[in-house]
Amino acid sequence: MTLRDDLEKIRQEREKNIKDVGDLKKLDALRVELLGKKGPITQALRGMRNLSADERPKFGQFANSVRDELQSAIETRRDELKKALLNKQLQNETIDVTLPGKPVAQGQPHVIQQIIDQIEDLFIGMGYQVLSGPEVEEDKYNFEMMNLPKDHPARDMQDTFYITKDILMRTQTSPMQARTLEKHDFSKGPLKMISPGVVYRRDTDDPTHSHQFHQVEGIVIDKHVTMADLKGTLELIAHELFGDRFDIRLRPSYFPFTEPSVEADITCFNCGGKGCAVCKYTGWIEVLGAGMVHPNVLEMAGVDSEVYGGFAFGVGPDRFAMLKYGVDDIRNFYLNDVRFLTQFSKKG
Amino acid sequence: MKIAYSWLQEYLDIQVSPKDLGEKIERSSVEVDSVTRPSDGLKKIVVGKIMSMEPHPDSDHLQVCQVDVGDDDLSQIVCGAPNVATDKKVIVALPGSRIGGNVKIKRSKMRGVVSNGMICALDEIGFSKDVVPKEWADGIYFLPDDAKIGEPVFPYLGMDDYLIDVDVTPNRGDMLSVYGVARDLGAIYAQTPKLNHPHVEEVGTAASDKVSIEADEDLAPIYKMRIVENVKIQPSPRWLQIKLWNAGVRPINNVVDVTNYILLKYGQPLHAFDYNKVSGSTIKARYAQKGEKLTTLDEAEHDLNEKDIVIADDQKPIALAGVMGGLNSEIDDQTTTVAIESAVFTPTLIRKTAQRQNLHTDASQRFERGVNRGGVEEAADAAAQMMHELAGGDVLKGIVTGSSYDVKPVVVNITLSRINHILGTDLSLDQVKAIFKQLGFGVTLDGEKYTVTVPTSRWDIHIPADLVEEVARIYGYDKIPSTLPSGPTTVGALTERQKLMRDSRHVLESLGLNQAISYALTTDAKAKQFMMRESAETHLSWPMTADHTTLRMNMISGLLDDVAYNNARRVKDVALYEQGRVFYKDSEDEVRPSEHEHIAGAVSGQLVVDPLKNAKHNAIDFYQLKGIVEKYLNNLAIKGDIEFIATDKYPEMHPGRTADIFIHGHYVGFIGQVHPSVAEAYKINQTYVFELDLDALIEMPKDMNQFEPISKYPSITRDVALLVDKSVTNAQVLAQIHKRGGAYLKSVHLFDIYDGKNLPGGKQSLAYTLTYQNPNATLTDDEVNQAFEKVQKTLVSELGAEIR
Ligand SMILES: [Zn+2]
Repeated sequence: MTLRDDLEKIRQEREKNIKDVGDLKKLDALRVELLGKKGPITQALRGMRNLSADERPKFGQFANSVRDELQSAIETRRDELKKALLNKQLQNETIDVTLPGKPVAQGQPHVIQQIIDQIEDLFIGMGYQVLSGPEVEEDKYNFEMMNLPKDHPARDMQDTFYITKDILMRTQTSPMQARTLEKHDFSKGPLKMISPGVVYRRDTDDPTHSHQFHQVEGIVIDKHVTMADLKGTLELIAHELFGDRFDIRLRPSYFPFTEPSVEADITCFNCGGKGCAVCKYTGWIEVLGAGMVHPNVLEMAGVDSEVYGGFAFGVGPDRFAMLKYGVDDIRNFYLNDVRFLTQFSKKG
Repeated sequence: MKIAYSWLQEYLDIQVSPKDLGEKIERSSVEVDSVTRPSDGLKKIVVGKIMSMEPHPDSDHLQVCQVDVGDDDLSQIVCGAPNVATDKKVIVALPGSRIGGNVKIKRSKMRGVVSNGMICALDEIGFSKDVVPKEWADGIYFLPDDAKIGEPVFPYLGMDDYLIDVDVTPNRGDMLSVYGVARDLGAIYAQTPKLNHPHVEEVGTAASDKVSIEADEDLAPIYKMRIVENVKIQPSPRWLQIKLWNAGVRPINNVVDVTNYILLKYGQPLHAFDYNKVSGSTIKARYAQKGEKLTTLDEAEHDLNEKDIVIADDQKPIALAGVMGGLNSEIDDQTTTVAIESAVFTPTLIRKTAQRQNLHTDASQRFERGVNRGGVEEAADAAAQMMHELAGGDVLKGIVTGSSYDVKPVVVNITLSRINHILGTDLSLDQVKAIFKQLGFGVTLDGEKYTVTVPTSRWDIHIPADLVEEVARIYGYDKIPSTLPSGPTTVGALTERQKLMRDSRHVLESLGLNQAISYALTTDAKAKQFMMRESAETHLSWPMTADHTTLRMNMISGLLDDVAYNNARRVKDVALYEQGRVFYKDSEDEVRPSEHEHIAGAVSGQLVVDPLKNAKHNAIDFYQLKGIVEKYLNNLAIKGDIEFIATDKYPEMHPGRTADIFIHGHYVGFIGQVHPSVAEAYKINQTYVFELDLDALIEMPKDMNQFEPISKYPSITRDVALLVDKSVTNAQVLAQIHKRGGAYLKSVHLFDIYDGKNLPGGKQSLAYTLTYQNPNATLTDDEVNQAFEKVQKTLVSELGAEIR
């Protein structure tokens, strides 16, 4: 047997041994045994000095190759063992991903607030200011300056909570028209304003009536504001709040503070305009009132109606919310049942 | 008002269906509530003729009738009506028919006798009892003798007509008449309606010989009267009855019906008096006198107010003017001479009277909205002529006038450019002129300026803006373009205040509270609970219900109502906040309260509902809500120390679990547990609440965000555990630590509280971590030890603490 034969034998036997090692500790021991200072390869290299000068390099080369081979076999095995170990660990760590997530606290804006915010954002984007006025109003602003003198029959349209003869719970957000018109300095540019808020009517609460509800008033006054501008603006509200497939149509109506006055209908939510019980088979649902600001309103606020004019509109967020989400009882908005409030949490 | 399609067809050539006509009216004039036929939902109701009848063997009031309904054989029908009679043509509901109230009629047996259907009264086939003529109120109805047997009855009763129910806005009183609607449709369809005008056939005697009138012009600007003698009172012809009942008016007799017919046709309310019941020959339109009473035609007695207008003879009131006639001058079967009143009363006075006496009639509704002042005489003429034709009356010569004035058409000027300027349209001179002409307005053109003469039948039009509306609606709103205001650019943005209010809502929502919107009007008792300051109450002068009488002066009570609503429905976990106004008055004398924005919260049960946790242990407590309030205040970046100071001053709060909240020494609100007895009164579970003066928070100076470099040098911590009396508060300990903490003390955190077993009575153990850091150098242990030593000594000397 030559040294070379010895090594060859070691290589063959040991390579097989390495593959059979079952854990990392034993593999390490085997590595020391084979490749350590006392291992056969080191020994063989030491015995090289007995070889001839011709044989030495060849044998050296061979011995090194055997060592490299064994070393790489050990590394490979080590990787295998490590991987197996990790797999086992991962398997032990497996959890039930279907268990519930841990609850975190999150509240919701009120559905009416959501609609008001949406309207505010839309109009802020178009250069409107947002103003809020008093809920306890003077008769003067709520009625008289809105072209509703004391004996006006249209006052019957609105049942009013009076506190005294001249002080009342505002029945509409329109008094903010008068209040801002009075103050606005037209030399500094047009008046573009919306005013959201709570209003009150002397009504018995039932599914379609509430003594407290919301309105968003809007007004634009400048030297050249048209009915066409009003129509375009109302279409924008409909598209923003309900989606592009909703159309607006205008119908003649009557409000003492606008002339012409219109009622705006929107495509029926329920049937998309085909006609159904909800829209009384018209395909349209009445959603808001609007018009060109009455010259009397402008004049009473000290604005020259020959030079300035514009439009005003009043939107009911409660009604919008009822239509948009199919809420069938307006009282839901003010009873604050948590199960109701938390339904409107979807963004977008 | 219900307008019959067929009635309109008398004046106009209508090419569209009733439904489309209704739609057109809605798009161009006034709202249309419905377009319906009285026969809708009814079927198999036919003309029958009673050929013979005999008493029912087992009944003393039923008759067994043999009825010809157009079949080969007679039909046997049992009938219990008192007026059932042979040879009469009647309304027969056949087996399988559907009559009023969605009732199905089947072949049946009545006390053992087969009945193939039912002989009907008017109210059984859908007529409202209010419109059934008295003579038909208690029995079956007899159809005209020429009615065709076996045919549907509907055409004979006007039930196949379409009724357009218009909901007239206060300005369009002119649309409360068939003529008014016909005129408007004329404008819409560019037709001239064929309206007829009466020609009165008078006899020789002058009406003024019979009656004279004294009318106060402030009450009755126009008051006119005609006299018709020798009338014969009887039921009106069927065509007239049909017109009335289809309009919702009960036919009475040929005189009263004529006045109602004229009201429907012209919109002019009339009243017919029995001349012979009037005392004296002078009729007055005057204010009622103190103590006067009047029983109106509906047999209700009214105590008259001195502001009510009455029509009176020389002794007594005989009508509540413009509202309803008096029973004492009613037309009855014996009436022979009729005084027809055609007048205009002052709208506001009529409105007030109708409200005061709670009597709203077709007449008062029209006088309130105004009537055509140019049509008063025509209405009287038309009525008199009809009484001549239908009741054989002799119309006395002339109209007696109590008050009158020269009614002139209104003239309004407007330019084409003004119209286009307001509407955003590009209408031509001719287009607009055509619209005015279609409306029946006189129009002349000077350059681009129109001079428009508005007839008295459109008394709602006074100013150029009114004409703009007429042009817009007749031209069509659909044809007006859609644009956006173009003028100078303006900046739109929320104000600081509005931003802070929005941020407040977002922060509280992110901390787990749902936004509530409660009622601002509440009960007296609730309005003044949880008060943050003294205030007088603001009451409604005439509340609707006892639950909503007073303006709230706190937000919490509303939220507790909400909690109660939830708890009552077994929703235990409630986390709400509300931002809104409270209303304060400094004294009772102040009439108008000041309005303040507050923000408040109420949490009951678990804030974060975790079914895996014990609900009781996980329930809200003071500290969890305090954490929310602290986080909220921090988020608002309010500058200054936030202090929570124990208080027992709120009667509605738990005296040992409530704190006032101060920022930089300013009181801004409070937090704590609702007093158990208050919770019991509200019927709610244990609930924690807070209320803050949002206006104050908004006004307070704010801390700007500023970058602070993160120290490169390590920090060193020391822990200290103290045994102190239970009365020693965390705030006291912190104050001492900070006082003696030294320059490098960066923060202090409480990490343990223990007051359980193994401690001497009345004692608690508090443990704190103190963190030291020098931003400019590495701290040495020695430096820290020295500082820590000082703190420990202070705690021992100042608070009697035992360091453990
Ligand atoms: Zn629909």
